[in-house]
Amino acid sequence: MRHLLATRNLSYDNAMAILDTAQEMATVSDRSIKKLPTLRGQTVVNLFFEDSTRTRTSFEAAAKRLSADVLNFAVKTSSVSKGESLKDTVQTLEAIGGDAIVMRHWASGAAQQLANFGWSSSAVINAGDGTHEHPTQALLDAFTLRDRIHGQHASGKDLEGLHIVVVGDILHSRVARSNVWLLHTLGAKVTLSGPPTLMPVGVTTWPVEINYDLDALLAEQPDAIMMLRVQAERMSGDFFPSAAEYTRGWGLTNDRYKRIEGCNTLIMHPGPMNRGLEISAAAADSAQNTALEQVANGVSVRMAVLYLLLAGQPGQ
Amino acid sequence: MVQEPVREARTVMSESDIQRVLTRIAHEILEANRGVEDLILLGIPRRGVPLANRLAQKLAEIEPEYVVQERTGQLDITLYRDDLARAESRIPATTMIPPAGVDNTVVVLVDDVLYSGRTIRAALDALADIGRPRTVRLAVLVDRGHRQLPLRADYVGKNLPTASTERVMVQLAEIDGADADYTSDQVQIVDVMD
Amino acid sequence: MNITYLITGGTTPDGVQTDIALDADGLIAELGQGLMAQGAVVIDATDKIVLPGLVDLHTHLREPGNNDAETVETGTRAAAKGGFTAVHAMANSNPVADTAGVVEQVYSLGKQAGWTDVHPVGAVTVGLAGERLAELSAMHDSAANVTMFSDDGICVWDPVLMRRALEYVKSFDGFIAQHAQEPRLTEGAQMNESALSSELGLTGWPAVAEESIIARDVLLAQHVDSRVHICHVSTAGSVELIRWAKSQGINVTAEVTPHHLLLTEDYVKTYDPVYKVNPPLRKDSDVHALRQGLADGTIDTVGTDHAPHTEETKQCEWVVAAMGMTGLETALPVIQHTMVDTGLLSWHDVARVMSANPARIYRHSDQGQLTKTGGLVQGAVANIAVYDPTHTFVVNPAEHDSKSANSPYKNMELSGQVTDVFYRGHQVVADARMTTPFHHSR
Repeated sequence: MRHLLATRNLSYDNAMAILDTAQEMATVSDRSIKKLPTLRGQTVVNLFFEDSTRTRTSFEAAAKRLSADVLNFAVKTSSVSKGESLKDTVQTLEAIGGDAIVMRHWASGAAQQLANFGWSSSAVINAGDGTHEHPTQALLDAFTLRDRIHGQHASGKDLEGLHIVVVGDILHSRVARSNVWLLHTLGAKVTLSGPPTLMPVGVTTWPVEINYDLDALLAEQPDAIMMLRVQAERMSGDFFPSAAEYTRGWGLTNDRYKRIEGCNTLIMHPGPMNRGLEISAAAADSAQNTALEQVANGVSVRMAVLYLLLAGQPGQ
Repeated sequence: MVQEPVREARTVMSESDIQRVLTRIAHEILEANRGVEDLILLGIPRRGVPLANRLAQKLAEIEPEYVVQERTGQLDITLYRDDLARAESRIPATTMIPPAGVDNTVVVLVDDVLYSGRTIRAALDALADIGRPRTVRLAVLVDRGHRQLPLRADYVGKNLPTASTERVMVQLAEIDGADADYTSDQVQIVDVMD
Repeated sequence: MNITYLITGGTTPDGVQTDIALDADGLIAELGQGLMAQGAVVIDATDKIVLPGLVDLHTHLREPGNNDAETVETGTRAAAKGGFTAVHAMANSNPVADTAGVVEQVYSLGKQAGWTDVHPVGAVTVGLAGERLAELSAMHDSAANVTMFSDDGICVWDPVLMRRALEYVKSFDGFIAQHAQEPRLTEGAQMNESALSSELGLTGWPAVAEESIIARDVLLAQHVDSRVHICHVSTAGSVELIRWAKSQGINVTAEVTPHHLLLTEDYVKTYDPVYKVNPPLRKDSDVHALRQGLADGTIDTVGTDHAPHTEETKQCEWVVAAMGMTGLETALPVIQHTMVDTGLLSWHDVARVMSANPARIYRHSDQGQLTKTGGLVQGAVANIAVYDPTHTFVVNPAEHDSKSANSPYKNMELSGQVTDVFYRGHQVVADARMTTPFHHSR
């Protein structure tokens, strides 16, 4: 592995290597000295073209636990307000000297461009690009699932036989995309649910099932239900008539939550949660909800990715 | 391509040799430590782990108050290596520390082959991040020389003079038993000259 | 007779091997075997194809306004290099070619350059804003004598405005070239809408956005009995609609670009903006339908949609990158590869779709002349391209005469090279190198 750009083309072996490594990294977080010397002398650049304190902080904690130096570089441009180009920004950073670039960008494909266009010699980690992918989120979700189901003996185990339901705005969700590919690679069955207007064209060619009826899906007691965040800008009426109608159809309401309460169905959310919209307060605070573990596991998974990309010569 | 004559691998320790030296080392540890009090064995993956377990069994046979499960663990050094940039990154192995921890204990690190000393240097760093033992000792099956750091082993199964072009291969049932070419536990010297 | 050039041994589109003598008046003086001419420059065209100069109905020359990307001078050099002797410069310059003043400026820049004919295309609406008609008659009556109008880059979306435009140009036998793109269905569109766009997280540009406008416009053309030309047809459905319209006797003509005949959306997987174009690259099935449509006459002509862009507008994130690709210098090799080498078109057909048909659509009398059997016409203006179909090369955009390097064929191996071009009887390209421009008297 030279870069981590997407889960679409992440092999089973590499995915398992990341999860198994993360398993060991997690033990570091339980010790009093939460630091490893592994990446001493290496520099990780957090290059964020989009605000995301959560993801940036998680990568920063991961890099620091591995003793890497961290440079945070926030760029305030958007597709509307064009400023310095990606190429120029990256070449400036190259001059400063980084070993890895962790990039969040509003443009789909930006991480792949950075890795493949000869603009940079750094390892590139995609921390979310437009509506394309967010591979470390999917990896931490898979890690969380595996940890909840197999506990201490999770190492070496994949997600064969699990049924995961992903609910909400699939169309605009990079988290959904990354999860679909990775869950499939790891052997899980994935069902997508949500308003048909928020299902991407051609989704029937994906390795998923589609079921618009969330109640029917909950009755099957899936192993996990992943609630996607509903973005405020989708609520203007183009995609669904009203927030209330969305919640009635595809929100994890109290009523729906009661039907899975105490079952083995985990409730996952990439955060931050819109309480009362896609998830009720009771479901958000439930013991079945893994949101906080997902945050903690995020650090372990990102440590694993940084370690596997940076410790070791590429191509060997 | 020129066909190099393949040199026979030389067996320098047999299965019974290995058993014998482990018994001796167990006795040496008990003697030096005046018993099993505060004693913990930590094997270094991969082959240090079965060796530590075998030593622990022998300790328990001699001194029943030594409870194997509570006094034996493994210490992975992958994330502490100083040659990470030069090798392909490996998935780290599991570190398992006995439940009581290592503070104020006598830790005996166990590995198969002592060579440059870099693995042990990494192990000492890894151990320091986990706790503060009173004493740290080192037991190895084979010391083949060529040290690059000022380190020595406290307990040595066999001192084995080698050339740096040779490789010492240790086969242990717990690790290698499933391999097709495994016949019995042994230590061999193989010429790796290109 | 004062013969200036003698092209010997070449094969004209009718398959006949013939010598061609050009005279000092810039006309084809004589055709036939064994021609001799004292003092004439002799061009050996043995084993080469001699085509009428190519005519491109769809070119972006970027001047005025974006001289960093292209100028009339560099764009027409690129055109000549590609075997073109006439190009039609789209109106989306800055200022927009929506007045007699701007079209005359472009027209005269073309004459000054002297590499090919330059016919400015007038904007249909003021500022391409789609709100009110530009002064179409004034542009027609200008020195540029514009008969083709297009808001290319933007669709004339308002059905009433489109209807009026179609009606208005009837007074001088003009026509409207429509960029068929329903705007609401393509807001923020980045690539063909498909399973791939969903996977790549890029907003889709659905085929229906093109097809619905074509359906509307052929019906409007029928209703008001006028001429409509469909630019850069890109989908199988569009081909079907045009085929139907033609079967109904509707006065519609259609164009396809070389890139839509060769490239598919799969290239977008690289996120390299050199493959970003409007309309977008489609699927394999569309490519085959377009080839079939061009072969069976449903599609009348190849238009390059040569759209030069500077490096900074292309070497950036996909979603903010400019749309368009260069194409003048690679058009003929791409057509050979996609249409001739596949057996879909003969060289006679190539001469029709790349020269005679576009000239007929615009009503040119001095371009694209061809006998019924595909021969060159004695007495016609000597616009001629000599083409060696056997020359194999790897496309290197840095070597192109276009000011911009956004060629999607970079590093691709193609066959065919325009070796010599005669523009109004003057040799502007010799041995695949630019010589001197033609000097227009006046």
